[in-house]
This record gives sequence, structure tokens and C-alpha cells, in this order.
Amino acid sequence: MSQTGASEPRDPHEDERPRMRAVVGSTRIEEEIFGRAFDGRVVRRIWEFVSPYRRKVWIAVAAVLVFTLSQLTIPLLISVAIDRGMVPGAPNGLLIGIVALFALAIGVNYIAALVQERVTGQMAEDVLFDIRRKMFSHLQRVSLSFMDKTEVGRLMSRLQGDVNSMLEFLETSIQSVGDIALLIGIVAVMLWLDWQLAVLVLLVLPVLFGVRVLWLTKARAAFMAAHEANSVTNGALAEAIHGVRAVQAMGRAPLNAELYSGLVGRTYRAQLRASKLAQIMIPIVDSLTGIAMATVVVAGGLMVVSGRIEVGVMVAFLFYIQRFFDPIRSLTMQYSVMQRAMASGHRLTEVLDVEVDVTDAPDAVPLGPEDDGSVEFRGVTFGYDPKHPVLKDVSFRVASGERVALVGPTGSGKSSSISLIHRFYDVQEGTVLVGGRDVRSVTQESLGRHIAMVLQEPYLFTGTVMENIRYSSHWASDADVIEAATAVGAHEFIEAMPGGYATRLEERGSNLSLGQRQLLSFARALVADAKILVLDEATANIDSYTERQIQKALERLLEGRTGLVIAHRLATIRNADRIVVLQQGRKIEEGDHDALMAQKGLYSKLYDLNYASFDDLPEAVTDADRAAAT
Amino acid sequence: MTAPQQPAAPAERAFRRTAEIDSRQGVGAVARITRMCFRYPWRAGLAFAATVPAVLMQLAIPVILGRAVDSTLAMGGDSPDVRALVLIALTLLAASVLRGLFTLVQNYAAESVGHALAQDMRNAIYDKILRLPFSFHDRTHSGDLITVGMLDLEGVRMYFSTALVRTLLLTLLISVGAWMLLSTNLVLGLFALSFVPFAAWRSSVMRLTLRRTWLILQEKLGVLSQVMEENLAGIRVVRAFAASDHELAKFDVASKDALDLSHQRIDVRVRNTSAMTLAFFAAMGLVLLFGGRMVAAGEITVGTLATFLTFMTILQMPVRQLGLMVNAYARASTCGTRLFQLLDMPVEIDDAPGAKELEVTEGTLRLDNVGFAYPAAGDRRAVSGISFEAKRGETIGILGAPGAGKTTLMHLIPRFYDVTEGAITIDGQDIREVTLASVRQAVAVVQQDSFLFTTTIENNIAYAAPFTEEGRIRGVAESAQLHDYVLGLPQQYRTVVGERGVSLSGGQRQRLSIARTLMMEPAVLIFDDSTAAIDAGTESRIRGALRDYAKDRVTLIVAHRLASLKHADRILFLEDGRVVEQGTHEELLALGGRYTALHDLQMHRDTDVPDQTEDAR
Ligand SMILES: Nc1ncnc2c1ncn2[C@@H]1O[C@H](COP(=O)(O)OP(=O)(O)OP(=O)(O)O)[C@@H](O)[C@H]1O
Ligand SMILES: Nc1ncnc2c1ncn2[C@@H]1O[C@H](COP(=O)(O)OP(=O)(O)OP(=O)(O)O)[C@@H](O)[C@H]1O
Ligand SMILES: [Mg+2]
Ligand SMILES: [Mg+2]
Repeated sequence: MSQTGASEPRDPHEDERPRMRAVVGSTRIEEEIFGRAFDGRVVRRIWEFVSPYRRKVWIAVAAVLVFTLSQLTIPLLISVAIDRGMVPGAPNGLLIGIVALFALAIGVNYIAALVQERVTGQMAEDVLFDIRRKMFSHLQRVSLSFMDKTEVGRLMSRLQGDVNSMLEFLETSIQSVGDIALLIGIVAVMLWLDWQLAVLVLLVLPVLFGVRVLWLTKARAAFMAAHEANSVTNGALAEAIHGVRAVQAMGRAPLNAELYSGLVGRTYRAQLRASKLAQIMIPIVDSLTGIAMATVVVAGGLMVVSGRIEVGVMVAFLFYIQRFFDPIRSLTMQYSVMQRAMASGHRLTEVLDVEVDVTDAPDAVPLGPEDDGSVEFRGVTFGYDPKHPVLKDVSFRVASGERVALVGPTGSGKSSSISLIHRFYDVQEGTVLVGGRDVRSVTQESLGRHIAMVLQEPYLFTGTVMENIRYSSHWASDADVIEAATAVGAHEFIEAMPGGYATRLEERGSNLSLGQRQLLSFARALVADAKILVLDEATANIDSYTERQIQKALERLLEGRTGLVIAHRLATIRNADRIVVLQQGRKIEEGDHDALMAQKGLYSKLYDLNYASFDDLPEAVTDADRAAAT
Repeated sequence: MTAPQQPAAPAERAFRRTAEIDSRQGVGAVARITRMCFRYPWRAGLAFAATVPAVLMQLAIPVILGRAVDSTLAMGGDSPDVRALVLIALTLLAASVLRGLFTLVQNYAAESVGHALAQDMRNAIYDKILRLPFSFHDRTHSGDLITVGMLDLEGVRMYFSTALVRTLLLTLLISVGAWMLLSTNLVLGLFALSFVPFAAWRSSVMRLTLRRTWLILQEKLGVLSQVMEENLAGIRVVRAFAASDHELAKFDVASKDALDLSHQRIDVRVRNTSAMTLAFFAAMGLVLLFGGRMVAAGEITVGTLATFLTFMTILQMPVRQLGLMVNAYARASTCGTRLFQLLDMPVEIDDAPGAKELEVTEGTLRLDNVGFAYPAAGDRRAVSGISFEAKRGETIGILGAPGAGKTTLMHLIPRFYDVTEGAITIDGQDIREVTLASVRQAVAVVQQDSFLFTTTIENNIAYAAPFTEEGRIRGVAESAQLHDYVLGLPQQYRTVVGERGVSLSGGQRQRLSIARTLMMEPAVLIFDDSTAAIDAGTESRIRGALRDYAKDRVTLIVAHRLASLKHADRILFLEDGRVVEQGTHEELLALGGRYTALHDLQMHRDTDVPDQTEDAR
């Protein structure tokens, strides 16, 4: 490459700013991973989901307790067998009797384990699926202003990752009831067997707890760092996958790989550190176990020799010590599971509690077929951020059956206006009326059926062409779908595809041309069979010829329906009954084509730019005109 | 409907998660991962080396305990041999500490092999994904790729510690343990070990069953997450059609499927693990019964019995873990298969061997009888027989109906796809024979369906050249008529645009992608319908600003608004992938063909178009 695209200065150290521009993925720190171990509010919210399964919870807890009891009995029985059943001269039946008791204990143990694990496991799954459904259905209602600000990936990680860590928590929390019971049981049994030896052995406990507490603070930071580094790296991977076409087109692949490699290295180091900290606990616990056993050997041995205790007690102690550290280990594990779960639970409730600003009023009525298809803006002021309105005091009216066009320079608020008709957002001032009623006084559901929209950005779902055009209009027959597809001129190319209407569309319809996608989303709106049809640049990516064909076909199909059309290509709208011109959020002109042309305002200038004479160079437009046009 | 409707073409989708495993490939994958683990010979060796003493210490403990019990019993009541007891206690302590230390080394070394492997794999995956051509990404769902990069990577990462090292650990533990038991007392040893075959078998069968159902579950969860993800990404459509009931119904179907299966899995797991525990305790009962008799008969000591029982407790865990180990192999084989499938995927569009950099001298772009068919579309060609030449400073306009092949043609020039017929050359060099990076640098496209990154406006504009000066960012933003808008924003160039640019209007998005493409200073600049959402006024200002810029390069403009095209030095009219008319604006008007019809339509003369609703019937 000689003359063009001279390679960029690749010295990132000369200035702070450029270095910050070279990033992959989101560098925003993920929210806290470990919450407080116990958060009453979160627990209450989660309990709402658990309480339908209350009976199962009690069954599981009862089973856990029975299970623990049987676990405790087993070493005890062994010790009795050694001390009573095996001494020379013991009655022959005694050993058999003890073993029979042993058999009973393991039978109970078996059934209790079966019941407990199954009930817990299945209940935890049920609860989690319920939570996920609740979240998902809540997300169907939260305002778009929230959705605009929130990345899909983030929500997905709530719906998946966080839900899973709650699952882990629920499953293990019933187990930890058992662990606590076991711990208490073991301590009690040891104290009962010989309190002095027991106290001696239990001296290691405070040490263990002390060490663990010290360790946890350090380990937690390391785990958190590893988790965060990992999720940042995964986020960057997801970005690369979604944006791969842009990355390749702009030749960023090598640089991105380098940057990503930096992230990966960071993750590697953080994970190694977390591993190290997780493993460091093993020799400590093992040493403490060793100390406890050594204590039993020396002190217990002396006691046996002096005849204070029997050897079976000593064996039982050695058994209990080995069992003893398991619940402690799993309880401390459980502690961090619990912290993680609280953080996850917190994020889940955050989603569940996202305020729905746009709700049906308590006395909302459905818009019915008897309501007409009129649309009216009355002094509407609206801004995504109320401080910066994008629509200012806009008023216009579209009578039922009328065809009105909305035009204006880019960013003037056209798409925003139609979002308001559908009540995607609520206005700050004024009123939007559909069918003569304030949109805030009707149900959103019925509003949705009253209005069909073709959005500026066509979005198609993975699935067949047929499914995509029909979408949620279950009443539409195949013939209706084909009729709509024919009207928008899509029938021909659909039929030409290998599977016809059964052809599978890939993600976002990427195996179609953009114009074709637009046609399908147009057909989808037609099938919905609504009173009001809103077209936001529905034919922007379609040539005028095809567009004209569509218009002709629609004339019949849309007889008596209201049409609201946004277009930059003014030929698209020349048949409109009325034209509303927006500029910087204000309505500046309104009237039919001829009236507006006569007015010699913005419309006529825009129109001239488009079509007047092809010999008329755009430079002929004065700077003032340009300023006016944008 | 004319053509008979065929069933949906078999969804040829790479990396769809399925429960089908090709076992031969799986074995190959496992072997390959194993080989890769030994890229870190020191750490891997250390992990193995530490396993042996860890196992020996683990096994020494019950022996020492037995010794302790026996020597306690052997002591007379009056003369306790404290020294002997302390000695045993110290040995016990030493064994415990050593066991802990060696386990630490073994686990840490093993995990670090896994992390190192993951590090290499992650970089390789990322690299590969960015190198694989558009055609690959067309047929692969992003969600599936993400799972390969996250879930499958985990499966491979865990392989060394949970499969390989554990194999050594369990083999040693079980065989040495069994040998010790049997050599102490054959009969009692046999009783003690009686649960091992049953537990080993159950646990392996269970793990394999769980593995299979896990894969099916993954498939179902994949459907569920696709439903959720597409719903959230398409939330505006969902809202526009008030289709939340429809979406919830889709969700419920997918969710119920997954839930049923996970219940079933829990059932399998619980039943098997409880059966294994029962078998273990039953064997223990046998040892207790018969061992007790032997003790009573004086054949063995209580200490020996205690050793036996402790051994059994120690053996129980590894026997249960056999299942985990089997599972780790199964997991590595499926995850590895998919991962290697990705890593080994041939990069169809890559530098030819010995390719040189593209040298742009004259800056002439030439297409020679170019044809292309999408792999998914069989032999139906999206474009064919296209030839033209454009010199530096020239502008070529392209128009045609939706699906005519305009985008396809534009994507051939930067080599997003390779032509299937003919050739594209820049200054006489076939773009397939020079390096890909230099072609991409020489040809810049404003894509029709452009992807904006969830970052600031500034980062988006400077995407192609992040180390550029601030002034240039302003410059291109001004050319794209974006600057004034940006200045009106509270955070100006640092405003974050939202996911895929949601917080921008359609026209603002398009101007942002024009700006970031201008950053590239290419020899061939392509606008693929990238002013459709921009009003004529703004567009003409952009064109004005680019007048000088266009002198140094070839410009290709795809557009539907004739005003955007009429200045072009040549206009190509595409239909069904072929050029049906070409010439300057005047020449085409004189021709009186399709272009003229389009012109008349836009010029507000009522032209009659055939009614296609009639045609199709
Ligand atoms: N979701 C959003 N959040 C915040 N601001 C937004 C959002 N959508 C649009 N805007 C801003 O509101 C203003 C009006 O945008 P709108 O989409 O209504 O314009 P438009 O008239 O449809 O333009 P175009 O012709 O380019 O599509 C723009 O400045 C835009 O940046
Ligand atoms: N990734 C793909 N896989 C298979 N077929 C495709 C793919 N992309 C496009 N096609 C098909 O190839 C043909 C040409 O598409 P192309 O995108 O080039 O059209 P276009 O002229 O750009 O149309 P538009 O004006 O709608 O953008 C269409 O029939 C389209 O369905
Ligand atoms: Mg818009
Ligand atoms: Mg296209």
C-alpha cells in the first residue's frame, strides 16, 4: 500500500486518549459478584418463589435430618460392635443383632438420601424455571427506555448465569441444613462418648475457623478478580462474534487479537491466583485433621490403656474426626455459594423490580373493532431524556382512513413520533390519541392489535419465512400470508428460494438481502390486519419501481385503513392526503403536496433536491438551505 | 403458488448443539487434547509426580491408625508407653501434612495446565473466528459460536485435572488400596472390595447416561436461550405486534422441554448415587459381621479391623469418582470435537502462499466476467457475468431491485466472498493473489446493514484507526455531517451509542458508519445503500464534503434515489444478478428502458407499472 491508507502511527504511549480507543469488549467493570452473605430483602423475594413448594421443602428438611441421624448412628454402631460384639465370649447373637441394626440404619439412610436429593433437586429446578419465566415475562412489559440502555448480553447473563447460581444455592442450602445437623450431632456424640477427649479434639476447631476467616477475605478477592476477568474476556469474545463483519471490513482483526490476548493473559493470571488460593486450604485442613487424630492417638491411647475408655470409643473418635471436617468444608464452601447467590439474587430482583413506567391504567379499556383508526397528537413534548426533548409541542391529526406522511431531515423525530403512537414511551406533555382515546387510557395489548408497524430497522427471527410473516397473527391462514407476501412483491423471491415459504431464515434474516428483509417485515405488518398501518421507511431500501408496485397492490388491500408513512424519498409519499413536516422536533409545515410546494418552505426545498431537475447541482443549494435542511 | 413447496432444506448449521457424538472423532479429539497438555511438560510432569506420594500418604494413614489401635491394646494397663504413642502420633501428623502438601502441588499443577491450555485455546478461537469468512458466519448462529468459545472451552480446560490426573490418582488409590486390603486378609479384603465393581459400573453407566442427557439438555437450553435472546434483541417488533403472549408461549414450550429433562436427570443421578452408597454400606456391614467374628475368634486384631473400615471410607470417594472421570473423558471428547472442528475449519478466504502486498499505483478497479453463487443457494447465482472498469476519481452508480445482487457484488470486491467465476483486479493484481489485509485496506465498504459497537461515538469512528489524532476524528465526522449533531450531545464524542446504536436515529447510524469508513482512506470506497435513511439535504452536503476525497479513489455507490447516482460516471442497472443496462445518466435516459421508467417514477410522472398481484396468481 503506497499512497492510500498510510499505516497509522502505532505508538500507543505518546498520548493517553488513543490508547483508550483501542479496546475490545466492554471494559465496564461487572457488578459485584459477592454480595452480603445474607440479604433479607433478597431472601424474601426468593422465598416468594419457593413458597408454592413449601410442602416439599418441609419433606426435604425432614429427610435431611433423618439422613443425618442415620449417618451419625453408623460409626456408633461400629464402635458398639467392636466393644461389645467382638470381645471374646460375647454372645453370638449380639454381633448379628448389631449388624442387623446396622442394616436398618443403612436402609433408612438410603431412603432418606433418595427422598431428600430428589425432592431438593427437582424443587430447585422448578423454582428456578419459575423465576426465569417471571423475569422473562416481566421483561416483556418493562419500558423500552430501559431496554434501550441495557445490553441484551447483560440480560441474558441474568437469565442464565445468575439463575444458575441461584439454583446451586437452593440445591445446597437444604444440604447445609444437614451439614449443620451433622456437625452438631458429631460434637454431641463425641461429648457423650467422652467429654474430655472431645474437648481436646475440638480445640482444633477455633483454629480452623480462624484460618478460614482469614483465608476467605483473601480468597474472595481473588475469586472475584478471576470471575470478573473471565466475564470481561467472554464479553469481548461475544462482541467479536456479533461484530465479525465490521471487524473484518475495517481490518481490525490483528489489533483486536492482540488486545484480546491481553485480556486472556489477565484472565489466566487471575485464575491461577484463584486456584492457588483455593488449594492452599487443603494442607491446612489436612494438618489440622492430623493434629486432631494425633491427639486422639496419644490422649485416647493413654485413656484406653488406663482403662478409662474402651478401644471402640477411640476408633469411633477417629472415624468422627474424618467425617467431621467434611461438613465444615462444605459449610464454608456453602458460605461463598451463599454470598454469590445473594449477589445473583440481588441482580435477579433488580430485573424483577425494573419499574414498568408504561403500564395499563387501572381503568384501561381495550380498543375494539368499533374504534376508528384516527391518530392525533395534541401539544406533544417528548424526550428520551426529559431534559433534551426531541419532540416539541407537536400537534397534528390523522383522520380515520386518511393517508398522512411524516417527513423531515434525519434525526428530526419521525421515528420517535411513531413510537409514541404505539406508546413505547410516555409523553412528557400533551396527549397522543388513537381511535379518539388517549393511548394511556387503553390497554397496550389492544393498542398493539389496532396498529401494525413496519419499523425502520427490519428484524426477523430465526425460523421459516412462513413463521416470520405470520408471526403473532395466529388467525392468518397460509393463504393470507401468501397474499401479503404477494402484495409486497416478495412472493416471487420466496418461491425461488430452495424451500419456498419453508426456507429457514438465519439469525436476523442474514441470508436475505436487506430489501428482502424489509419486504418480509412489511408483509408481516399486513398480515396483522390492523386498522392503522405505520410505515417507518418501509421502502427505504427498495427501488422506486418495486415500491410503486407495492403501492398499487396496497391501494386495494388497505382500503379504509389509516396509513402513516415516513419516507425520505419523497416520491414515496406524493400520494399522501396530507404531509406533516418535522424539523428538529417541531412541526413546521402541514398540508398536501401542492400546498406545501406553494409554501416554498422546507418541504419544497427537500423536494427540489430530490427531484427537481437532475441538472440542478446540489451545490446550487445555498448554505442557508442546507442549514434549514438539517 | 407456482412451484411445489419443498420441505425446508436440511438446516446445515455448524455447531448446533446436538446429542449425537461421532465416537471416532471423539477419541481423536481426546488424544489431541492430551498431546496439547504436554506442551507444558514441567507442570504436567509435576502434577503426575506429586500424585504418587499424595496417594501413598493417603493410604498410609489408615495403616498408621491401625497400628495406633493395636499398640494401645498391646500396652499393659500400668506401663503406658507414651513414647511409642507419641511416635505414632507424629508419624500420623507427618503423613497428614505431607498428604495435604502433595495434594496441593498436584491440584495446582494440574489446574495450571488447564488454565494455560485455555489461554492458548482462547487466543486461537478468537483468531479463528475473526479469520473465518462471511460465508462461515452466514451459516453459524452467533449463540452457537459463543457456546463453543465458553462452554466447550471449559470442558477442554477441565480435562487435564478431572480426567488425566484423576485417572492416575484413582488407579493408584484403588489398586494399591485393594492390594493392601487383600494382602492383609484375603477373605475380609474380598468382602471389603465387594462394592467396588458394582459402584464402578453404576457410576460409569450413570455418568454416561447423564452425559447424553446433558447434551440433549444443552440442545434444549440452546433453543430456550435463542428464544430469549431473539426476543430481547427484537423487542421492538415484539412490542409493535403486542406479541408478548406469542413470545411467552414460545418460551413455555422451550422451557417445559428443558425442565422435564432436567427432572429426569436428577432422578437418574439420585437413584444411582443412593444405590452406590447402599452398596458401600452393605459391604461395610459384611466386613463388620465377618471381621467381628474373626476378631472374636482371635484371627485378626481390632486394629486390623479398624484399618479395614478406614480403608473402606477412603476407597469410597475414588470409586464414586470413577464416574466423574468417565464423564470428564466424555465431556472432553464432545467439547474437543466441536472446538477442533472450529479450529480446523479451513479458512477459505486467506492469503495465497507467497502472496505479496497489493500495490496501488493507478488505482484502477476491474471486474472481469464476475459471477458468484452463495454456498447455501446451490448453483443459483446471485451475480453473474459482471464486467466493468473504474479508474481513480471515477464514480460508478449501481441500482436494482431488492435481491438483484448489489450487496453481493459489493462484498466481492473487498473479498468478503471469493468470486466463483471471473476475476477482480486492482491495478492488474488479482485480489486473490495478494494479501487479504492489503485488499481490505484498499477497499472500504460502508455496509448496508452495518454493525455499530457498544462504545462511544469516538471509538466507533476511530475503529479502523484507533491511534489516530483527535483532529481526524472530527474531520471525518464533519464530512459525514455528524459533527454538529455530536456537539449537541451532553457528552459529545464520548457518548455511548447503545447496543448496535439503538439510541441513534436511522440516519445518524448511517452517518456514523460512513464516518468510520472514511477513516480508512481506501483506494476503492463503496457505499452500499448507505444513505437510504438520510434526507436529500444532508446527503448532498455529504457528497459536497467528499468531492475532493473522491478524486483520489474509485467510488461505488449503491442507491435507490437517483439523485444520489446521477453524477456517476457510469451507472449499472442490475437485475437478477446481471447488468441489464449501463451508461451515464443521459445515455440511460436516452435508452428509454428500466432506468427511464424509474426516473419517471421519481420525477413524479405517472408511469404505469404492471400489477404483480395479478401476475402471481
Ligand atoms: N432510543 C433512543 N434513546 C435516546 N435517544 C434517541 C433514541 N432514539 C432516537 N434518539 C434520538 O432522538 C432524536 C430523534 O430520533 P428519531 O429516530 O426520531 O429521528 P428520525 O426523524 O426518525 O430520523 P431518521 O430519519 O434518521 O430515522 C435523535 O437525535 C436521536 O439521536
Ligand atoms: N448470505 C446469503 N446466503 C444465501 N443467499 C443470500 C445471502 N445473502 C443474500 N442472498 C441472496 O442473494 C440474492 C442477492 O442478494 P443481495 O443482498 O446481493 O441483494 P441486493 O441487490 O443487495 O438487494 P437489496 O437492495 O435488498 O439490498 C438474494 O436473492 C438474496 O436472497
Ligand atoms: Mg427514523
Ligand atoms: Mg443489498
